Amino acid sequence: MENTSILVIGTHPEILQTVLRLINNNPLWKATGTTSPEEAKDIFLKNSFDLVLIGAGIDKDTDEALRTFFRQNNDKIAIAQHYGGGSGLLYTEIAQAIHQK
Amino acid sequence: MAQTILHKADSRGITDLGWLKSYQTFCFGNYYNPDRIHFGALRVLNDDIVDGGKGFGDHPHDNMEIISIPLEGELRHEDSMGNTAVIRPGEIQMMSAGTGIYHAEYNGNKDKPAKFLQIWLYPNQLNVEPRYDQIVLEKGKALNNLQQIVSPNKEDQGVWVYQNAWFYLANFEKGFAQNYSLHNEKNGVYIFVIKGSVETANTLLEERDGLGILETDQLSIRAQNDAEFLLMEVSMTI
Repeated sequence: MENTSILVIGTHPEILQTVLRLINNNPLWKATGTTSPEEAKDIFLKNSFDLVLIGAGIDKDTDEALRTFFRQNNDKIAIAQHYGGGSGLLYTEIAQAIHQK
Repeated sequence: MAQTILHKADSRGITDLGWLKSYQTFCFGNYYNPDRIHFGALRVLNDDIVDGGKGFGDHPHDNMEIISIPLEGELRHEDSMGNTAVIRPGEIQMMSAGTGIYHAEYNGNKDKPAKFLQIWLYPNQLNVEPRYDQIVLEKGKALNNLQQIVSPNKEDQGVWVYQNAWFYLANFEKGFAQNYSLHNEKNGVYIFVIKGSVETANTLLEERDGLGILETDQLSIRAQNDAEFLLMEVSMTI
């Protein structure tokens, strides 16, 4: 089975690192993350992702602009809001997003 | 005609870490069931038992309304906002995780388990300033009554949350019945039986069963035996 490649964006550095660590504990998932929406665009263009998880701290306008940007550059990309900031909901969010792709 | 979704106690997900037994009505951690993601804004309903002296080390949360209802024993709480507290049965703890918090929670006793319900609601506002609250409930008020413990209104009874949600605890004596009128008919109601058994929406609910009820503006709840239950009216829109 191919790895699922995930871009995570969230402005809280420690929570972002926790989310990345939790995702990368799963051998079928590979996560890259950033706290910067602008850097997220650069990373997105230079890599191939299956899913973008948008975490806390991204304001509504930036969130919408990011979603538009990602879809314009990859119309098959799955994009999901990440809630909770930890392990509790991650598995379901990723499984659901990939399933609905 | 009301629609119902029954979650029997023995159909819940189970996490057993030795020191923690967690019975999960909705997907959580490694428990995944695409038919059990959430009931409207109600995302997590975990029925947790933590061994004496054990607990959850420092871990983060964000963008979630987290309500803890102790059932037995005590939980010791510490968070990155500087709060240190112990919560016991008869109290309610609430956190708006918002932009992000860290917290730890441990069984406050070394020699007996702590049992509590942990409930997460999707917030209706993202990225709010994190917030902690803890209240002591008025004793006896849940006897043959729906005692409000959560609402969206700062001035109302119980703790308040960033969501259109109203929670009630109730202790009904055998045979007692009460009607409940929803605040908004577009909301749903989720009833979780803590002890005993109740009948509602033509369904018998036993200990730790849950029932989601939709498309109604009122319902009747009757205790089949002495019963303790939690009634949660929640927005069905996330």
